[in-house]
Amino acid sequence: MIMPRHFPTRRELLAASGVLFAWPFVPRIARAEGRDPRFFTVILRGGLDGLAAVAPVGDPDWIALRGDKALRLDGATPALPLDALFALNPAMPNLHRLFKAGQAIIVHAVATPYRERSHFDGQDVLESGLPAPGRVDSGWLNRALAALEPGGRADARHARAFAVGPITPLVVRGPAPVMSWVPPRLPPVSDDTTMRLLDLYRHTDPALARVLEDRIGLAAIARAGGMEGAPATNIGPVMQIGGIQQVRAYFAEVTGAAAKFFASADGPRVGALAVDGWDTHVNEGAVGGRLAALLGALDGAIAATESNLGAAWNDTVVAMITEFGRTARINGNDGTDHGTGTVAILFGGALKGGRVIADWPGLKTADLYEGRDLKATTDLRAVLKGLLREHLRLDDKVLAAAVFLDSAAIAPLGGLV
Amino acid sequence: MALEPSAQAALALHRFGLGPRAGSIAAIASDPRGALLAELDRPGAGQIAAGNLMTSGAANRAVFEFNAERRAKQRLEQARREAAKNNGDAAMAPPATANAEGDDARPMRPNPALPLPLQLLQREAKARVDAAIAADIGFVERLVWFWSNHFCVNSQATVEAGGYEREAIRANVLGRFADMLLAAEGHPAMLLYLDNAQSIGPNSVAGINRSRGLNENLGREILELHTLGVRTVYGQSDVTSFAKVLTGWTIIPTVSNPDHGGEFVFNKRMHEPGPQTVIGKTYSDPGVAQGRAVLADLARHPATATHVATKLARHFVADDPPPSLVEKLALRFRDTDGDLKELAKALVGAPEAWSAEQAKIKRPGEWLIAMLRATGLGGDIGRIMRTLTRLGEPLWRPPAPKGFADDNAAWLEGLALRLDTANVFAQRVAPRLDPAAVAETALGPLASAQTRRTIAAAESKPQALTLLLMAPEFQRR
Repeated sequence: MIMPRHFPTRRELLAASGVLFAWPFVPRIARAEGRDPRFFTVILRGGLDGLAAVAPVGDPDWIALRGDKALRLDGATPALPLDALFALNPAMPNLHRLFKAGQAIIVHAVATPYRERSHFDGQDVLESGLPAPGRVDSGWLNRALAALEPGGRADARHARAFAVGPITPLVVRGPAPVMSWVPPRLPPVSDDTTMRLLDLYRHTDPALARVLEDRIGLAAIARAGGMEGAPATNIGPVMQIGGIQQVRAYFAEVTGAAAKFFASADGPRVGALAVDGWDTHVNEGAVGGRLAALLGALDGAIAATESNLGAAWNDTVVAMITEFGRTARINGNDGTDHGTGTVAILFGGALKGGRVIADWPGLKTADLYEGRDLKATTDLRAVLKGLLREHLRLDDKVLAAAVFLDSAAIAPLGGLV
Repeated sequence: MALEPSAQAALALHRFGLGPRAGSIAAIASDPRGALLAELDRPGAGQIAAGNLMTSGAANRAVFEFNAERRAKQRLEQARREAAKNNGDAAMAPPATANAEGDDARPMRPNPALPLPLQLLQREAKARVDAAIAADIGFVERLVWFWSNHFCVNSQATVEAGGYEREAIRANVLGRFADMLLAAEGHPAMLLYLDNAQSIGPNSVAGINRSRGLNENLGREILELHTLGVRTVYGQSDVTSFAKVLTGWTIIPTVSNPDHGGEFVFNKRMHEPGPQTVIGKTYSDPGVAQGRAVLADLARHPATATHVATKLARHFVADDPPPSLVEKLALRFRDTDGDLKELAKALVGAPEAWSAEQAKIKRPGEWLIAMLRATGLGGDIGRIMRTLTRLGEPLWRPPAPKGFADDNAAWLEGLALRLDTANVFAQRVAPRLDPAAVAETALGPLASAQTRRTIAAAESKPQALTLLLMAPEFQRR
């Protein structure tokens, strides 16, 4: 059994993990207005390819840029039109339906202020809400909670009911009290860990190696395709340890359960959860491949969220955000590398939706950031500040000084809610 | 036998025990075999001090009362609701609470008030896990687990699985096989699990009056699984006769006896009268002594010695154990009239049991306890039980009377589940631990250079710990 030379690294391949954190209070001002708003954010770790999720099919340079990997309206699996310029990945019919119903917004060519391409630094900036990476111990959502005045405990009955989660995402770390809940299903292990274990087994324990290989599906592919010396690009789609069904079930379970908690009259109101697996360096598969499957899982999670929220759906905003986008062009492994501009996906009954918000930078080489990435023309902080201000009633000054530090120059985006 | 002493100590802890704790390897390195033998000789070895644990009879009665009260409450509630409906009074209807408490919301709730049967089960489970974690080596605990699986019952069939293990298995784990056999087959948990409680001799008073009859289940499984072994010296007529012998071995109805309900009783009215012939020997019918006599002979039968010796060697040493080892163990069993302590001594005394190759994959429970011992962490009993269930070895819920499988093939496929489990465990606990130190504790000299390198090269503490817990030397024993 010869392994391809390129071992996918930690975040290159599919893995999912998620923990819901929630704030056990109802925001006071909103309550005074007679509203009972829900807000949660989903961190898509690994760098979502915004161009594969929401394609600029009306841009004349689009097809040339992505070639046969480009989503298109006239493809075998046609993209779902959003407006004159943009179309949604066909794996996301639920999001499309919500968009058409005015309950979803896509913000495109958006990014945090971070302009390097390290996942870890990028996630730090995304979750800390600071303008640059560095030592941080709190996240913007937690600081937003700390700034909100509680208008009564939301969870009188369930105050002690949340289990302590295994991994606290930075976005909710900080001074405000949060509870965590861990879904009963295990998040699949990362592929990198699996590959390291497989390597160990191959050197020391053929019987265990065989089991793990079968599990991964490599052995079957190698037997069928004579993998020796074949390029790494052939192995991408089969490397999912848990399989897409497991990931799909996990996404839906986590978000669906979260939505049930949020729907409950005395449940939490503000929360976050993190989902890994968006680092699509190899065989990205935006149409009918791995990323399509992953987006489909996300779409299922969106549907589960909507249906499980019940009447609370109309008071809800969910923001799906990621640390950065990916290269505009396809790389040598039919994937994409770390980039800059991407999308933010907002949905929920409280939105004034049905719009793609984008100051579109264009796709000619000269338009791309450093000649390679979709340029970011909207600061993600503006989007999040807009949501926190209009939905949770956080004050502009607090947002600029305490939540997204040093962001006074970044005006909250208005009219989202 | 090429292992140096401390490697042999580490091997002993994995193979015969429940895995090393901090300092375990050094503690027994001077004489691993002697340490195993010493554990057998410790006063009270294998027993659990039963502080908060009920006898199985008491547990049975408590659960009976609990269920009766719950039924009464439900009936009252139903009557109240129907009355409210008939009055057309919607305000009387109970408040809807289902809202946030559907299935998916369940994990959000703690378990302050588990129903009594689950409380009892958890208490028993915790006592078992605590004993496993606290043991210096865990050889006696492993013997308890082995015999408990040999004479398994199912906690879904009986609330007494935990009490059964203490009363029938632990009480005899270093005693005589004949005594354990009698204690197991006569225990209410077994009589319920294998249906003997309702087996009625066709010619007994109850059989004639009630036209209900014989249930062969227990008789067959005793011959096939607990004593002689399948396809040995018995046939269908032996099964039938033995089942008749066992009629009347039943349980005192709790409903009519609040003091002793749920306990064993020999009910003469259900017992098939007359002599029975089992494996060529005719047993007269003095009542309950008829069954005791058959069991005593089964315990002494050479086929039983071979059956037990094979299973024991398969469990501790290899799926296909060396025939010389099986023969040694069977001989010792016969020579000592089934002295289980002597049998355990013969096992650790046999060179075949000490081969350097770790031929067996740990069962999920062994692996899980080894994880907790190696990291020095306790575990929430609910979480441990859920993990065992997920890994395919739910505590006291074997898939069949044969117990959980004891060969590698049955457990290999669960490797990926173990990987997920190790990963989650490591994510949770690794920040508090030094993986290299845990590796030293858990494997010491057993760790291959490759395993050490792999752990050292990991990109994070959780990954290092995951790889250690999944390393072949830790998966195997």
